[in-house]
Amino acid sequence: MTTPDAAWRPPPPRGGDTGGPAKRDPRCSLGRIAVVLLALAALALPWLMHTLGASFYISFAGRVLVYAIAATSLNLVLGYGGMVSFGHAAFVGLGAYVTGVMISEGVLNGGAHLLATLLVSGVAAAVIGAISLRTRGVYFIMITLAFAQMLFYLANSIKGYGGDEGLNIRARSAIGFGLDLKDPTTFYFVALAVLAACLWALARFVPSRLGRAVLAIRDDEQRAEALGFATFRLRWLVFVVAGMVAGVAGALSVNQQGYVSPNVLHWTASGTLMVMVILGGVATLWGGVLGAAALLVLQEVLSSYTSHWEFWTGWVLLAVVLFARQGLAGLLRGFKTR
Amino acid sequence: MNGDAGALLEVHGLRKRFGGVVATDGVDLQVRAGEVHALIGPNGAGKTTLVAQLAGQLAPDGGRIVFDGADITAWRAHERARRGLARSFQITRLFKCFSVLEHLALALQAASGSSVGAWRPMRREAALWQAARAQLSALGLHDHADAAVEALSHGQRRALEVGMAVAAAPRLVLLDEPMAGMGPDESVRMEALIRDLARRTTVLLIEHDVDAVFRLADRVSVLVSGRIIASAAPDEVRRDPQVIAAYLGRE
Repeated sequence: MTTPDAAWRPPPPRGGDTGGPAKRDPRCSLGRIAVVLLALAALALPWLMHTLGASFYISFAGRVLVYAIAATSLNLVLGYGGMVSFGHAAFVGLGAYVTGVMISEGVLNGGAHLLATLLVSGVAAAVIGAISLRTRGVYFIMITLAFAQMLFYLANSIKGYGGDEGLNIRARSAIGFGLDLKDPTTFYFVALAVLAACLWALARFVPSRLGRAVLAIRDDEQRAEALGFATFRLRWLVFVVAGMVAGVAGALSVNQQGYVSPNVLHWTASGTLMVMVILGGVATLWGGVLGAAALLVLQEVLSSYTSHWEFWTGWVLLAVVLFARQGLAGLLRGFKTR
Repeated sequence: MNGDAGALLEVHGLRKRFGGVVATDGVDLQVRAGEVHALIGPNGAGKTTLVAQLAGQLAPDGGRIVFDGADITAWRAHERARRGLARSFQITRLFKCFSVLEHLALALQAASGSSVGAWRPMRREAALWQAARAQLSALGLHDHADAAVEALSHGQRRALEVGMAVAAAPRLVLLDEPMAGMGPDESVRMEALIRDLARRTTVLLIEHDVDAVFRLADRVSVLVSGRIIASAAPDEVRRDPQVIAAYLGRE
């Protein structure tokens, strides 16, 4: 695992020199320590909550993890890929509905849920991406939004699966090993494993051939294409992978809540994910995680004091956008340097 | 085929209009393998529009482009680049989050390598970095391998811009005003770079500096109002009354 700096520059070569860029980053080892500490804290959290008698917060933490997965997948598209998708909740919603519908039809095999989720959200992202990626800027934002809203109205109109009232499920995905996702602690660890896998894959992706190409395309698409990069295909590939990961987040969320409604597909859900990415840090490894944690904690804390919590959240977002251009991840990085 | 033998790039009747403005008005052009072919012309003659059509950033309204025996008129820019038709840009376009060496490695990867690997860090690819490093000294950037592009001078950025275009040894490189905005010293260095390049590849040079053009080019084509009015050896072009009237003026 690398520090968020890896978003911009590969760490120095280890051992035998490959002739690659010779940059030594003194913060690298510090970042590693922070990651290990964070991982230990995440692993110990359920035990800590039980001990403190605050078990309620385990399912809250599980919710943070699900949002962190979805926000990280959006960060791949929006931050690294430079594609401002305003319809990312569509893929989360598809994953949630596919899994929810399968469970309500009596198909409980978790592996089947995962496969179907990846397939459906992947195909949807492939189609939506193939069309939307022909547009740029504000048109791309509008067309991704339009696709997501289409799916929102579709979910509303399917009366057989709850329609606008949503779909309740009694059972959960059966994942074997005697694990029951209804148990908040079990769910927490499963979601944590999925998030860790996503972050690991993202950390590997950024300094890879594909990652470098995608960053170059984000910075100057025409220049990258003139160099020989198949820009459309590579952007599309990233869009599809991110859609599939978002689908997995949706499959997890329906397992946690036992419920899925068209609201998961609503444009405000896409907006929430976007706020998380901007709050946490665009194009940073930890941006999605930090943003999801910060926004949900903020909501939780503020809503116990006031019903106008959104008003105060707005101020926080404004401050981050104005004063911390790389979000919370950028702030943390600055803190470490000092 | 009506092109002369040995033509690496043949352009037949290329046309492009923007609304009422005809930017490219039936351009015919042959670039022979191994030559430095210069394209000159007054401002607004349509040189940059022509380059964009040759490299694939702009689709022509009519006409044909044949490169290396293949009709590439409908090809995308990246397909042309991977076939060996590279270009540099008039306005330096570098990637702000990459170092000098990373730019060259990126160019090598783009033109000839694969870009689907998402697992292996690029820094482990010794062969790629060695090939990128080998390019540095020819560009005069050997002391700046790890520099960020903001730290480079204008001349160094221009050298890197050209260096990215030629990193993967293209068959033909389109240089769009490589000396734009350069001081005398920088221009001399760029001229040497182009001369060095010409030993290895075919060059289509678009340039405003007419003196440099006549020193470098094997043949010169003159573009005026979207048409080629002359295409010959430098001395011949210099004496062409049509060219003198339209562009060079009386010397």
